[in-house]
Amino acid sequence: MKTRYSFGGDEHVYVEIDEEMSLEAFFIALSLRNAVAEAEIPGVTEICPANASFEVRFDPDVIAPEEIMARIKELEHKAEVSDKRLETRIIEIPVYFQDPWTHETLMRFRERHQDPTGSDLDYAARINGYDSVEAFLEAFHSQPWFVSMVGFVAGLPFLYQLVEREKQIQVPKYLRPRTDTPKLSVGIGGCFACIYSVRGAGGYQLFGITPMPIYDPTQTVSYLKDFMVFFRPGDIVKWKPVDRAEYERIEAAVAAGTYTPRIAPVTFDLDAFNADIAGTNANLMEALNGI
Amino acid sequence: MAFKVVKPGLSTTVQDLGRPGYFHLGIPEGGAMDRFALRVANMLVGNDEGAAGLEAVFMGPELTFDADTLVAVTGAEMPIFVDGEPREGWSAFVVKAGQTLRFGFLKAGARIYIAFGGGIATPLALGSRSTYPIGALGGIDGRAIAAGDVVPVGEATTMTERSLDRGLLAPVSVPVSLRVLTGLYWHRLTPACQARFFADEWVVAPEADRMGYRFRGGAPMEFVDREQPFGAGSDPSNIVDGCYSYGSIQVPGGQEPIVLHRDAVSGGGYFTLGAVISADMDLIGQLQPNTKVRFTEVTMEEALAARAARRDRLAKLRAALA
Repeated sequence: MKTRYSFGGDEHVYVEIDEEMSLEAFFIALSLRNAVAEAEIPGVTEICPANASFEVRFDPDVIAPEEIMARIKELEHKAEVSDKRLETRIIEIPVYFQDPWTHETLMRFRERHQDPTGSDLDYAARINGYDSVEAFLEAFHSQPWFVSMVGFVAGLPFLYQLVEREKQIQVPKYLRPRTDTPKLSVGIGGCFACIYSVRGAGGYQLFGITPMPIYDPTQTVSYLKDFMVFFRPGDIVKWKPVDRAEYERIEAAVAAGTYTPRIAPVTFDLDAFNADIAGTNANLMEALNGI
Repeated sequence: MAFKVVKPGLSTTVQDLGRPGYFHLGIPEGGAMDRFALRVANMLVGNDEGAAGLEAVFMGPELTFDADTLVAVTGAEMPIFVDGEPREGWSAFVVKAGQTLRFGFLKAGARIYIAFGGGIATPLALGSRSTYPIGALGGIDGRAIAAGDVVPVGEATTMTERSLDRGLLAPVSVPVSLRVLTGLYWHRLTPACQARFFADEWVVAPEADRMGYRFRGGAPMEFVDREQPFGAGSDPSNIVDGCYSYGSIQVPGGQEPIVLHRDAVSGGGYFTLGAVISADMDLIGQLQPNTKVRFTEVTMEEALAARAARRDRLAKLRAALA
């Protein structure tokens, strides 16, 4: 890993921990980001963390660009030795796979896809070497995912699956992005899954939808009353397949204000995870059974 | 006090100077694309420079007023009428109760800013009144204004009509030059491609909005060969999804550069080759489709000097209107 620093115009410092994605790079980026936040450097106006990088926005009328970059570089050694452990939460997200709404959308934009003859799911299963879409979906939802970034649009989580790299699902993005994606669609692009928090453009392969809103600017959804954005970096997600009846039941419960997401507090320790992936994941998912 | 929307225009939104602090969650700063124009409009009517006004792109709205209101229009050049009588841009004038404010055809620029004495008084959303339509946040129910909307206006501090010495405004050269600081993933491009990016003439594409401005007409990008990093995706323009900044220039598929603007997406999987400097962001908000544009490479020192010049210009205007 070789940390790279660059200016993004005259108001941003871009820090790339690694060119490739890994949880190690995520944790170093997170630690360095936290160190920069704790240093309370005058002129820093916002810090945006990403998967294996982060960006610091600063006011060059308050701090010179060279100085802010030097201050961040000074903190690098601290980040490298800090704990790769996170007090976080695991959340069960219901997903209705192969639903009619994302299916209608992906068929409407077929000419923008690598494989116009099939569905996104057929394509993703085939290029990842699965015999059936069922086997592919099993791999997708049986092991948890880690929220490594929140962004693109309002509250959209990027998720990285907690499995060995050779088991990571990877798919290309659409050749040309769709101009429409149903709100709360679940998709995957590169090695990242996402939940589209709002309706709009998108390039990820689609194969399901959740009935659970994750962004609510009106703050009327019961669990989004305190803050309109649900996800934070470091959250862990366990997908739970649901059928149409269950999807509609949850949707109605959300509307009635009676739906409560299943959430349990957990600790994620990267060294423990690397030493025993299956065991760590089993413990994480076990936490959901206790609630 | 309020005004009523008779015709909304093409896409007219409530904007102030934005809501910084939520980009890390994908909610952009937003606010007026041409911040200079909004600030001056507010100065003219005696508001705080960050008060909320209307931003109208390509076409003005038609508004009626329920009380005498001091109004200023800045930004793009567009004829202004109060009950059919012309009014000057970059000036403050009174619209009386019952009168109608409307606009003629756009002559130059892209966006007008309408300030109202007292400022638009819609509810704050995350500290700002700016409309972010993608996230249905701010403004009027998170959307552009629509016919029939009644928009509340705060308490005015003055009703004094006045105008501005236009010599205090920045001249715009043609073709428009957008100054760029290279960096970010600039190293992904071959030296020949880097030189061509600045040599080529580009034009503003029709896909130009508050999220970003797309340009076409220049040569496609040429990338330095490499094995794509894990998680990035297979296209040479792909990176492991990272942060985007305001003004950053991405080139999806290596084809057409997009400069992200006030309603930027906060991150994604395309490489960025640098960013338009902060002093030139306002200028982008006044570009019409098909406008010829050149990107000009500058150093950090030049970027900061341009920033200081912009600040000085605002200070002079503030002094002139104090």
